[in-house]
Amino acid sequence: MTVDDELATMLEAAGTAPLSGDPARAAGRFADRAAAEGLADVAYATVDSPLGPLLAAATPRGLVRLAYADNGFDAVLSRLAARISPRVLEAPERLDEVRRELEDYFAGERRRFELAIDWALVGPFGRRVLEATSGIAYGEVSTYKEVAGRAGNPRASRATGNALGANPIPIVVPCHRVLRTGGGLGGYTGGLDIKRALLAIEGVET
Amino acid sequence: MSRATAGARSHGVELPPFQRFLDMHRDTVYRYLVFAAGPQEADDAFQETFMAALRAYPGLRSAENLRGWILTIAHNKAIDAARARGRRPVPVPEAPEPREPSAASAVPTPEGVDSELWSRVRELPPKQRGAVLLRFVGDLEHAQIARALDCSEEAARRSLHVGLQRLREEWTR
Repeated sequence: MTVDDELATMLEAAGTAPLSGDPARAAGRFADRAAAEGLADVAYATVDSPLGPLLAAATPRGLVRLAYADNGFDAVLSRLAARISPRVLEAPERLDEVRRELEDYFAGERRRFELAIDWALVGPFGRRVLEATSGIAYGEVSTYKEVAGRAGNPRASRATGNALGANPIPIVVPCHRVLRTGGGLGGYTGGLDIKRALLAIEGVET
Repeated sequence: MSRATAGARSHGVELPPFQRFLDMHRDTVYRYLVFAAGPQEADDAFQETFMAALRAYPGLRSAENLRGWILTIAHNKAIDAARARGRRPVPVPEAPEPREPSAASAVPTPEGVDSELWSRVRELPPKQRGAVLLRFVGDLEHAQIARALDCSEEAARRSLHVGLQRLREEWTR
């Protein structure tokens, strides 16, 4: 071994030597600070639920996305980075209120969400559809056709179905309460088992 | 959501979510700072490094070479940290082991690393030290080191070469 090799080997050891500090803790401290200073344009956390883990993401305006594991959390975060801001950080405290309301809902103790919503991911017609959907009371159901009517276009049930299928904030915007005319379940972003489970929580038989 | 997404993707650079970028590079950056700023300073320098990166992140023109970019910031924050403490490394005088250790060697060395060699690295002039650290701890290529040190690739190679030469002289003495 030449002197140069020996020197290089010793310097390279610095690249793998165990460290006394804790990079993971430093990174957590950083994310908290960034959120506190308002630099996390999108803050997210995973929330446990009877339906499996959920990903909740909020901007300073409000809840912007709630996703099921089936949606692929990595893919969801990439799309948030592309569509809203790449300053996406895991900051669980920013989602505390969301977590509390969801827990209450799943415990059957909340019939109405009072969370601020950011509609950034929704177009104008989609927003009318989702706002009409938010008007369907807990434990009640409606049809694509009725929702289309309330969104201002009774003949647009297909577009309404698409808008509901693209609902970025399921559960909180209760698209699970919209069924086919005649009682068929229709579709659901998280799969029909989840739609059935949500309706069961609300005491709706399917 | 997929339809709406397609439009927004067509312009600008597609950067990974910052959290993913942080998770990917945090260990390297932390390690770099332990060696460049010292274990005691590493944590604060880490905060400064990623805060600066977060501020600048949405303005990035390219999603390539993010590793070189974050290590460049870390390099500068390590220099800031040293400056803030008035702790610029000074050449060790040719004298028998001084009773008072030099500022550089007073910094504890991470375990598993040759402390003698390590204090020598810390006593190199900033550019040479930066070049050696970015090469061996940051595992960067010469072009990336040049960008981090804000000099030509030729100058970066020279800094690295001279830095290593000095270490070798100390080493073989």
